[in-house]
Amino acid sequence: MIVPIIFLVLCIVGSFFTGLPASFLVNEMIIRLARNLILVLSLILPIITGLGLNFAITLGAMAGQIALIIITNFSIGGSGGFFLSILISTPFAILFGFLVGKILNKAVGKEMITSMVLGFFANGIYQLVFLLFAGTIFPIRNDTLLLPSGVGIKNTVDLANIKYSLDHLIPFNKIKLPLFQKLAEYPIPTFLLTLLLFLLMGYLLKTKLGQDMRAVGQDPEVARISGINVEKTKIISVIISTVLAAWGQIIFLQNIGTMQTYGSHSQVGLFAVASLLVGGATVDKASWKEALIGTFLFHFLFVISPLAGQNLFGNAQIGEYFRVFVAYGVIGLALVLHAWEKDKAKITLSDID
Amino acid sequence: MKEFIKKVGFPRFIITVFLIALIILAVYLDIPLSGLLSDILVRFGMNAILVLAMIPGIQSGIGLNFNLPLGIIFGLIGALISIEFQLSGFLGLFVSILIAVPLAAIAGYFYGKMLNRIKGEEMTVGNYIGYSVVSVMCIFWLVAPFSSPELIWAYGGNGLRVTVSLESSMAHVLNDFLAFNIGNITIPTGLLLCFALFAFIVWIYGRSNKGLSMIVAGSNPNFAMSNGIDVDKQRIKGTVISTVLAAIGIIIYSQAFGFLQLYNAPLYSAMPAAAAILIGGATLKKANIVHVVVGTLLFQSLLVVALPVVNVIAEGSMSEVIRTIVSNGIILYALTRKEGETA
Amino acid sequence: MDLLQMKNISKYYDENKVLNDVTLTIKEGEIHGLVGENGAGKSTLMNILFGMPVIQSTGGYEGEILINGEPFTPTDPKDAMDVGIGMVHQEFMLIPGFTITENIKINREITKPTVISKVFGKTLEKLDYEAMAKDAKIALKKLDMSIDEYLPVAGLPVGYMQFIEIAREIDKTHLKLLILDEPTAVLTETEAAKFLEIINRLADSGISILFISHRLEEIKKISDTITILRDGELVKTVSADEIDIPEIARLMVGRKIELTQMAEDNRIKKDEILLEIKNLRVNMPGEIVNGVDVTVKKGEILGIGGLAGQGKIGIANGIMGLYETSGTIIKDGKELPLNNPREALKSSIAFLSEDRRGVGLLLDHSIEFNIVFSSLEIQERFLKKVGPLKLIDNEEVRNHVLKMIEDLDIRCTGPRQHTRHLSGGNQQKVCIARALTLEPDLLLVSEPTRGIDIGAKKLVLDTLVRLNRELGVTIIITSSELGELRQISDRIAIIYGGKLAGILKPDASDETFGLLMAGESIEKVVD
Repeated sequence: MIVPIIFLVLCIVGSFFTGLPASFLVNEMIIRLARNLILVLSLILPIITGLGLNFAITLGAMAGQIALIIITNFSIGGSGGFFLSILISTPFAILFGFLVGKILNKAVGKEMITSMVLGFFANGIYQLVFLLFAGTIFPIRNDTLLLPSGVGIKNTVDLANIKYSLDHLIPFNKIKLPLFQKLAEYPIPTFLLTLLLFLLMGYLLKTKLGQDMRAVGQDPEVARISGINVEKTKIISVIISTVLAAWGQIIFLQNIGTMQTYGSHSQVGLFAVASLLVGGATVDKASWKEALIGTFLFHFLFVISPLAGQNLFGNAQIGEYFRVFVAYGVIGLALVLHAWEKDKAKITLSDID
Repeated sequence: MKEFIKKVGFPRFIITVFLIALIILAVYLDIPLSGLLSDILVRFGMNAILVLAMIPGIQSGIGLNFNLPLGIIFGLIGALISIEFQLSGFLGLFVSILIAVPLAAIAGYFYGKMLNRIKGEEMTVGNYIGYSVVSVMCIFWLVAPFSSPELIWAYGGNGLRVTVSLESSMAHVLNDFLAFNIGNITIPTGLLLCFALFAFIVWIYGRSNKGLSMIVAGSNPNFAMSNGIDVDKQRIKGTVISTVLAAIGIIIYSQAFGFLQLYNAPLYSAMPAAAAILIGGATLKKANIVHVVVGTLLFQSLLVVALPVVNVIAEGSMSEVIRTIVSNGIILYALTRKEGETA
Repeated sequence: MDLLQMKNISKYYDENKVLNDVTLTIKEGEIHGLVGENGAGKSTLMNILFGMPVIQSTGGYEGEILINGEPFTPTDPKDAMDVGIGMVHQEFMLIPGFTITENIKINREITKPTVISKVFGKTLEKLDYEAMAKDAKIALKKLDMSIDEYLPVAGLPVGYMQFIEIAREIDKTHLKLLILDEPTAVLTETEAAKFLEIINRLADSGISILFISHRLEEIKKISDTITILRDGELVKTVSADEIDIPEIARLMVGRKIELTQMAEDNRIKKDEILLEIKNLRVNMPGEIVNGVDVTVKKGEILGIGGLAGQGKIGIANGIMGLYETSGTIIKDGKELPLNNPREALKSSIAFLSEDRRGVGLLLDHSIEFNIVFSSLEIQERFLKKVGPLKLIDNEEVRNHVLKMIEDLDIRCTGPRQHTRHLSGGNQQKVCIARALTLEPDLLLVSEPTRGIDIGAKKLVLDTLVRLNRELGVTIIITSSELGELRQISDRIAIIYGGKLAGILKPDASDETFGLLMAGESIEKVVD
């Protein structure tokens, strides 16, 4: 509880110094919540299943981006393009999630550092594929995707044909009433989809599968003796996490409108994890509440930092570095606290009888 | 054949095969080998001490020290102060090291104390503490009270530059010291001697009773404790030595490179060092000088030879991509080994 | 027809035969008591029956198991559960963060199908919390427990947890056989009495019970039939009314075939005291010492025996300072600082830990390094001064180690081989070599022949005796194998409940040993 409160205080204090108008802030926050929540949501199941922070959601983001490159290649746009990309990304995400799960099962006790390194490694492979093989081994139909030399995908891919395809899916603007005109400005469909996914996850946690995940997360040995297939349960949890990350990344990018081919996915893990932790989640406990609160607080801080830094210290750069420090620092802090608790627990257990 | 692969180790085998393939390609593409060899020697000397810094961490039981940035920061500060006072050449180099070492030792001590409370999660935590330290220092570099024109932005703007040239101070001092040529290959004698010196110190420490206590503490804490060793104290010792070596390592690296890299550069310094020692055959619990030499040589050779070869085939930052894949791949491999297996 | 038949069951762990041709039969509704020292094979037999993974991963088992006449080959706990076998293990198998209901129903939750589950599969059926709570309440009621079934298990008193485990088993509707492994170990007197009452009721309702315990009165009181195991073999299966407690104790302990003749004892027996232990308390998890007083004479071999978990292992560990210790230890008239391994070693005490691989060895280092390290660290031997440093003297090390390898017949490829690759017996010899290198006047040895084949066992014991006779080293040997204690000790101390139950001569009767180990008071014994 302390962590979100500290951040709330930071946000309130910072908002005085930032000089940004409230209406702007409110707008920004609505947009950021809409496009980031699902990415943060994707982290919850692995935490519940005892795998800690799944830094390898980067692979899910990559699956989403692969799908987007494919639909851009075939110039499919609009809401059709959007749903198609969701469809295409899913099998990739399932495959990636399966691989991640298998590797994590081989590094029991070191899941977090392994998922971290796995994210970097996969990033290397991804870059290899899209720098070297695109245009050569994989023929690209749409020339605007390629670098001038004809080999390799461009650094920045314009997603104009699917921009806002989810955000503006419901044509409120067709109804000429002032209320609906107002609603048309906001990404309502995205929020609805996010709500749906949140509800589905809540449902999942009340099913047999969800119960198995909770058992594995709390005590894998007892779960195993009780007949639960621990390895399989962990893999399923990672697969779902990766798929959600894939969809989350597509939703994120359809709002932004452009994709940094080699960069968009690399910060995904960092920001999503930081958001969840700011909301009060820990390495072994997380739910939709922490996701919601944390995403809001983290992104609020993110928005106000540069100007607050400018006004407080005469240097906007300080503000920018500060928010990066917040992201890394809050994760570092959560990891230290978690490891400390784990170390303390080792001593107290042996006192029992 | 299978026996041979098992003895040499699967990753080393793969990388060596890859390296030989690249060398053959290089010859085929008429890329001058002498230039490559000179590069390899320099890059070896540049990076080897940072890789050496991994040994005390592994030996004392804290695993791979992903918090190298902590030591690196103080190395950078030492160099900056030396430049601020307009010291150059060997004097500049020595003063940098003189300032950096005690600072790094103190920082390493406190970091070591913290690590003792979080046994089992040192690598994960160390990684993010390292990132946090680098980002805090970014703010510090912006407001640091340096005034030498070498260091700060020329036309207004606050704080230190992102890249500080060492041209006028200590660039290449070691490389050029006693350097000589064999045909077209330049041997950076000073640089290699410097590594040899520190490697010797680490090696001889590992054969002294104090060093052996540390190695035993990391190898089996229960065994160590039953033999009267204070395991926590040994871990702190290892952390301090590792942090100090990192500080010295970055100074040596920078003088060879010719530039001091501030701000975000230290973020990416721990993984390659960890990867290099693992490639050399170390595990999360055991490491020695041979691993450092073999690993750094293989890893750097790979990068040096790959760059011109791959540039012929494709454009863009391919060497960066290869570095990412190889270094993270080997660390991943090491993390998924069971107890008793070598990486 | 018999409910359960285990026929000619044998099992090896590496080179050791831990079960040899054991046969066990249980009828429906029968309460069958299983007794034996630790290492007798009881837990292994149960692990086989319950399909525990440790059995599969160490080479499986030989023999046949029949349930109601049908062959049964368990490879997973699920197989056992499917066939109606339930087990309450010695260590708690509860999830603290789950409620009582969730623990009772783990992996057997009641679910209701939904739209989503019809598409995606049964695992996505929704949990029916009301139905589960109802079942849980019924199970708890059968055990006379009125506790709320929605309380989390964490924080409940230890006695409750045991009952919840049983509730979990009896909730399994087709439960036919319930295995209880040392269930009363953590219960108070009253809880244990209530527990036995419930067991009787369960048996009356048709469930067979397999009851493992070392509390002989309980076994005698509650069992219909009693089986006694010793050294992995079946000693006797007998109806409970046809045997009494002293006889059970005698059969548990037995007399083994002599491995060697005791060496000629030409020592001049002095009565000088080397070590005085007063009110020793040691907090070693699982082997707690609760106030032990004992004196050790110079030049003697003192054996320390007792059942597992009763505290005998804690004594040596406490003297060496490896676990939290209090009390007084006086060696050679000087008080020994507690909780300080270095001081213990400097006082010329050496220790061979029972945890050979975990505490006793550096598995990924050479034999020679292992042998000399203690001496190097504590006595600063095997070092040569080079300037300001003290470096390891390889030549001195090599010479010493080669001699040790020869003297102790350590089978290896050379002094540089890593100890991980040695057999159990040879690993133990390396540990002995290390202890010898220290040249101690007191040697503490814990479970010296555990997991070692017969040939090596003999050598280890002979070496210890030689040390004592030829070099005058005082030895305290702690062992679960009463046989070896009786073979080489001058006196044997039996530990029960963390306290000294009594000191016996090696030739005291089997009954006496068995009873003391089972916690009967020494007066009853003298009877």
